[in-house]
Amino acid sequence: MKKSVSIACMIAAALGVAAPAAAFEPNRPVEFVVTAGPGGGTDIFARTIQAIIAKYELMKSPVVVTNKGSAGGAEGFVYTAGYKGDAHKLAFGTNNAYLLPVRAKVPYKAEDLTPVAALASDEFVLWVNGKADYATAADFVAKAKEGGLKIGGSQSKDVDQILTSMINDATGAKISYIPFKSGGEAAVQLAGEHIDANVNNPSENLGQWQADMVKPLCVFKSVKLSSEAKVAGDKGWGDIPTCKEAGIPIDNYSMPRTVWLPGGVEPDVVQFYADVLRKVSETPEWAKYLADTSQSPVYLSGEELKSAVEVDGAAVSEVLKREGWLAN
Amino acid sequence: MENIGLLIDGFGHILSWNHILLMMVGVTLGILVGVLPGLGAPNGVSLLLPLTFSMDPISAIILLSCMYWGALFGGSTTSILFNIPGEPSSVATTFDGYPMAKGGQPSRALTLAFVSAGLGALAGVVMITLLSGWVAKFALKFSSPEYFAVYFLAFASFISMGAQSPFKTLVSMMLGFALASIGMDTISGNLRLTFDIPELIKGVSFLIAVMGLFGIGELLLTSEEGLRFEGIKARVKLAEIGRTLIEIPRYWLTIARSTIIGIWMGITPAGPTAASFMSYGVARRSARDKSLFGKGDPRGIVAPETADHSAGTSALLPMLALGVPGSATAAVMMGGLMIWGLTPGPMLFTDRPDFVWGLIASMYLGNVVAVFLVIATVPLYASILRVPFSIIGPIIVAVIFSGAYQVANSVSDIFLVIGFGLLGYVFKKLDYPLAPLVLAMVLGDKAEDAFRQSMLMSGGSLNIFWSNGLVSGLMALGLVLLLSPLAFWLIGTLRRRRHDVAPHGDGNAAA
Repeated sequence: MKKSVSIACMIAAALGVAAPAAAFEPNRPVEFVVTAGPGGGTDIFARTIQAIIAKYELMKSPVVVTNKGSAGGAEGFVYTAGYKGDAHKLAFGTNNAYLLPVRAKVPYKAEDLTPVAALASDEFVLWVNGKADYATAADFVAKAKEGGLKIGGSQSKDVDQILTSMINDATGAKISYIPFKSGGEAAVQLAGEHIDANVNNPSENLGQWQADMVKPLCVFKSVKLSSEAKVAGDKGWGDIPTCKEAGIPIDNYSMPRTVWLPGGVEPDVVQFYADVLRKVSETPEWAKYLADTSQSPVYLSGEELKSAVEVDGAAVSEVLKREGWLAN
Repeated sequence: MENIGLLIDGFGHILSWNHILLMMVGVTLGILVGVLPGLGAPNGVSLLLPLTFSMDPISAIILLSCMYWGALFGGSTTSILFNIPGEPSSVATTFDGYPMAKGGQPSRALTLAFVSAGLGALAGVVMITLLSGWVAKFALKFSSPEYFAVYFLAFASFISMGAQSPFKTLVSMMLGFALASIGMDTISGNLRLTFDIPELIKGVSFLIAVMGLFGIGELLLTSEEGLRFEGIKARVKLAEIGRTLIEIPRYWLTIARSTIIGIWMGITPAGPTAASFMSYGVARRSARDKSLFGKGDPRGIVAPETADHSAGTSALLPMLALGVPGSATAAVMMGGLMIWGLTPGPMLFTDRPDFVWGLIASMYLGNVVAVFLVIATVPLYASILRVPFSIIGPIIVAVIFSGAYQVANSVSDIFLVIGFGLLGYVFKKLDYPLAPLVLAMVLGDKAEDAFRQSMLMSGGSLNIFWSNGLVSGLMALGLVLLLSPLAFWLIGTLRRRRHDVAPHGDGNAAA
């Protein structure tokens, strides 16, 4: 408790110093538009930030959270993009913000949104059923080359299916993809042996891993996950080998958790929210949230964020193009 | 037996005045969000969620789950009083609840609904207590073909119940399927039937449709009858509640059957809405005297309510045991579990038995508290009907419009509600059934997803629906239910013809 109070003081002091520089300050309630349904990963992301902002009083205006998650999140982005120049609407999403307009005919373009910050990066793990006889990712790939294996994932032409396509392309495997409504459904389908693998985020499969219903083969990241804790029996996130060393030559694949403003807002508005979110990312509550959901800490804003969005967007668009999924 | 011991420990964890007070607060708030159409349990629970971050997990889940119970009860109230389902799962309650209330027996309708709902919920909890381990394993057997078979079963049990022409039923159902497919398609990821209208990409909310079709449609019909300044002469007597309570044991068969349907649909998890429709359909089919159904038959209230609540309760088991939410509200609570530092999943029962069994114990107590609280509100709600329509009508319109806006904070939904209201009015005038449309809207896209996932899994072969005992059994049962009315009709006509032939033969001979 004492610690958090002192941090609050520090942040208050920092805010006091920064205040004259930042001209913008919201003067009415700020709407946090969650581009996912209640209870999902993006929802928890936005509500955690809301709770931290309230706790440390990082903003004077109150925050209202609304869920607009239909059509894979397009509902929320269309809504936000529609408030051009409005400094009191923030959309919370993933890389779907700039992927949706590429793969589906949604009534907004990536340029209609202004990137504010990326605050976390959710990882992807290759999971198989706990009773499966694959010991490594290489075993899995060898079987997958014969054809007939199925990967289930959340939604169509989204991050999970794109990753499946990348695995096929990188290894010559012939894995088919079954789209479900959520990663949770894909987790249960794998536990029930109805599909052969999934590429869920760590938090989506943790419960089943602890019960030995599923097991991880590798993580799509250039280095192993840093978490030391043993979450499932004698194994922890840090024990999962990287896919590159385990036999799938994909270096890095992750999903940024992002915050966006509508297009046409003033630079000082973007700067204000980027600062607030940076302060959020430095709190112990944020560290706990990342640890609880097994995500990696990242903070990107400004030019850094813009180039990261371009690099990620280009890489994924290439896959979409190869598969013939481009909408335009 | 081990479970019973754990349950008693669970009661030990939750029996304190603090927790009882939290239950009452939760239930009261729940009734409130349930009664206001559009707000609903998932929204209510997500509004309350931030408040629970500082509580200990057991108190937090008691508050949230009691709010869920309260909302389930509250949703039936408006269905019965105004023909406006406050929750999707209480649509089937309007079929007989509203006519009974309109006929001057609102207290009886409400009491029947609340008590059977309470019984359904208790049956669900008893099932969770006794079968938790087995059910968790069973739920893992379900994949897309099995889901499709369950939806098929729900359609089959409901499809031929209408008294109207089968072609009208078909038109209504097809319209429902079309409405359900608006928005983004899960399997292809493309937008369908949106016509480049930004408001349509989120699809058409089922709640908007029922508020318009039932609520506004009914208001239009009532207004047509002319301006009236007297309310329904509703009897509001405590004795009426007592009499209804004594009446309930007569429906034991309906209650037992609906409980089984509800638990089954909750576990699988097709959800409370499908359960209430299916249960209503089955009750109507198996009734010897069908003439009162749709006009205020008590079995038409008891059946959907019991199934709704036993399904709603059972739906919490897959969430706890597998980490899959069985309903939208369960999804929000699961998000809560993670924030409280718990991992929903199979290990929760082993790692935190105090939490799991505390929650199960709170379901017993919470439902009992809820039944007492809602029955206490019966006289209040029933007397609302005595207010003249010219006063209550405009209030209902205001409530529906604000509810429609709240569903997705979208102004365009208010216009959609008006559109659906007109459609509902036309349907009633032309004697088209609304129920098939509603059922197709709720289950249509789920059934479609399950079917197409199955096709992807099998590479396009329909044999996947006969590939194992479970799915074959479900499909066979569905086919029997679907074809049995046809078979009965055929047998009936043949028999009648034989009866007819004999006297006619004599008559001809005499002539």
